Amino acid sequence: MTATVAPAATPTGTTGSTVDLARVIRVGTLVGVGMVYVSVIGLLATFNRRLVIDPWLSLGYLVLFAAPMFGGLQFIKREKLEGLEPEPASINDVVQAAIVGVIGGLIAALFATIVNTFPDVRSVFPNWSPELVELLTLGLGVGPAFLVLPAISAVVAAAAAGTSFLPERMRKALVVGLLAVVAVSLFQPVVDDFFDWLEVVPDFLYTPTRAIGVPGAIAVFVLAAGLSYFRPRGKNGLTRRLGSEDESVRRRSTIITAVIVGVAMIALPRFLGGILNELLVNVGFFALMALGLNVVIGYAGLLDLGYVAFFAVGAYTTGVLTSPLSPTWDPMLTWWQAFPIVLAMAALAGLFVGTPVLRMRGDYLAIVTLGFGEIVRILLLSDWLAPYFGGAQGLRNIPGIPIFGTTVNVNTPQLMVYMVMAFVLIAAFISWRLENSRIGRAWAAMREDEDVAEAVGVDTVKAKLTAFITGAVIASFAGALFAAKVGSVFTNSFEILVSIVILVIVIVGGMGNIPGVLVGAVVLIGILGGPAQPGLLQEFGEYKLLAYGALLVFMMLKRPEGLVPSKRRQRELHQDEFSQDAWLDRTPSAPGPSVAEPGRETF
Amino acid sequence: MPILETKGLEKAFGGVRAIQGVDFSIEPGEIVSIIGPNGAGKTSFFNVVSGIFNPDGGQVLFDGLDISGHTPSQITTAGIARTFQNVRLFPNMTVLENVMVGQHCRTSSGVFKSILRTPSQKREEAEIEENAKDILAFFGSRLIGYRLDQPAFVLSYANRRRLEIARAMATEPQVLLLDEPTAGMNPQETVELTELIGRLRSERAFTIVIIEHDMRVVQGVSDRVVVLDHGVKIAEGSYGEVSTNEDVIEAYLGRPADLEGAS
Repeated sequence: MTATVAPAATPTGTTGSTVDLARVIRVGTLVGVGMVYVSVIGLLATFNRRLVIDPWLSLGYLVLFAAPMFGGLQFIKREKLEGLEPEPASINDVVQAAIVGVIGGLIAALFATIVNTFPDVRSVFPNWSPELVELLTLGLGVGPAFLVLPAISAVVAAAAAGTSFLPERMRKALVVGLLAVVAVSLFQPVVDDFFDWLEVVPDFLYTPTRAIGVPGAIAVFVLAAGLSYFRPRGKNGLTRRLGSEDESVRRRSTIITAVIVGVAMIALPRFLGGILNELLVNVGFFALMALGLNVVIGYAGLLDLGYVAFFAVGAYTTGVLTSPLSPTWDPMLTWWQAFPIVLAMAALAGLFVGTPVLRMRGDYLAIVTLGFGEIVRILLLSDWLAPYFGGAQGLRNIPGIPIFGTTVNVNTPQLMVYMVMAFVLIAAFISWRLENSRIGRAWAAMREDEDVAEAVGVDTVKAKLTAFITGAVIASFAGALFAAKVGSVFTNSFEILVSIVILVIVIVGGMGNIPGVLVGAVVLIGILGGPAQPGLLQEFGEYKLLAYGALLVFMMLKRPEGLVPSKRRQRELHQDEFSQDAWLDRTPSAPGPSVAEPGRETF
Repeated sequence: MPILETKGLEKAFGGVRAIQGVDFSIEPGEIVSIIGPNGAGKTSFFNVVSGIFNPDGGQVLFDGLDISGHTPSQITTAGIARTFQNVRLFPNMTVLENVMVGQHCRTSSGVFKSILRTPSQKREEAEIEENAKDILAFFGSRLIGYRLDQPAFVLSYANRRRLEIARAMATEPQVLLLDEPTAGMNPQETVELTELIGRLRSERAFTIVIIEHDMRVVQGVSDRVVVLDHGVKIAEGSYGEVSTNEDVIEAYLGRPADLEGAS
């Protein structure tokens, strides 16, 4: 223990030449707890059914041994300080990582022994079973597990730490290659669909278990790592041009990017099969709602937790107006005839929810809107309104969207994708134009400081209602499309969880930024899956909410501004760094302050 | 006719009577300072005039119209702009955006115009930006150039104060309420700001009410000085008159009689 004392004062906080025993024990215990946690909640058993590399690695073991990997990585993290050379990689890091792995493995083995000795607590932990022991000990029995688990964990952790000896470029290539193998394996349906015209590729890559085979894995690794390694270094051309100082260059490259993305999006549904198009449609619904919520929360700063209500209003209005089976009143309009009325109803709903909460802020607003969301759902479900909205029976036989002589509904997934994409584009366009206008500035000011916004002449009542109504209208796009796609609406599509998931999309994607929100929808709904919609990683199924939670916690700690942050929000969350940069930015040629009174103008 | 006038203004917070029947008036083009010890009700007076608090009694007349009870945004739109004692900018918006927000109440493009970006909306946006830059240029080179696109939180304290004045100017007011504009500034910056307040009147024709603790500034800029103490107006007149007024000296320094009685 004495070893920890002296060199701990190095600037980077990590010790160079000694074993920081306290830290090793701490991280090792965390790794062990992580491994036990993964086992006890059943992730190991469930994910074990999905192979990642046939027949060597299952998703379960990948998750299990991710713990020692991250533990090992802890020891090669270097705080990058400007002007200071980070401490070089040392064999000591690897040794520490290996010890961490051993500790973690021992804890996991101990856990396996406990499960084996006391098999009778299944009523508390449903996954506490002999199968778990079998899995955790790799089928070798409890005794050998005390050797094997620590050994594997130590190797994994040490290997992770050992990568710090590689040159930066090679290390990056290694990471890219490994990620590519896992991604290609897990996203098998996409790859399979995509190479419909070239069956050789999926046949080569995948074994009948839908996982990538060993030759395939090697090929993918070599290809991805090679591409990463030989890629021209520095910021790649497009990123540089998109952030160019020169307006015309930036504009041109933005247009080119937009065209490429546009063509890809138009071509994409053609390549994909029914299931993936279905998935894209779900992504689209959530992207629409997230765009709408982004206006309310990202631009105007109003925390609305009952946002799903507007989705419900859109869906139910469409249902009542178009379905021949609407109870009591069935005008049987076409979808397009109903659409303007849907928008009007949504706007009214926005006004109704917005008006009573005008005086509320922050937490209070969140709680009250949460209540409103539930009120709408319960009203729609109630016997009282059943004569209009069908109550528990819901509304059925909602016709599709007639367009160019055909009908877009559940049977035409490709057309539905285009339809949803079109509306996502419209919603994104509306948000973008509003953000960069007088109204967007008023929202931003209100988000920053409501009282001051009011005092500089922004009518905050009007600005809030505008935000609520805009958000509601965008959500009703999703509602109207949803009703037409599914052909029926039931209240269980409008649970509170949907509101929460939309909020998570906005937060994880990047609040206040349109591309961010879209990326958030793709990551959460496309990959993990929505509350009732399967994603690409179908194995997550029951662990979806856990994954959401874990992702949210991770993002809040590591990247609170979201995956693709808005400029303003990034500034807000990294004020000190920006202040520093702004200070460095002071161009010596700038006239006035910096020359005339150098000491006083701090930044 | 006075441009801004209060008659018997009252405001109480529970048992604390922050403003007790204050009569105040200012003619167009005048610069009036409000002084008084801490807790005298100066900022409360501003808050009531600018609509942040509703008065409990009395009237606020702007251009002869009673504006008491209106919302702050309505009052700003009518033509009274203010700054805050503890600088309150929109820290994460850029310098330019901060000022552009000020133009909100002088412009009108709505949701549909903004989405469709109609020619009139484009013209208006261009005007907003131009006006904002013009206003920022009023402060010399401090807030323009590379500063325009910097977030407000990187500015120095003095520049934040300047930006706050710029934002208030952008609402195109007739009356400007400045709440301790030199607080936290060093002597040189204070001198500059005193000049600037003079220029606000001579170049921009604002009528200015200013709360100030620095007596050199008060002396330098004001046509008239109003002294508040415990929510009551205790004196009014030129700087010279007020600074020799016994009530004022007593309010600031305490009662000499007490000293005599004690000794």
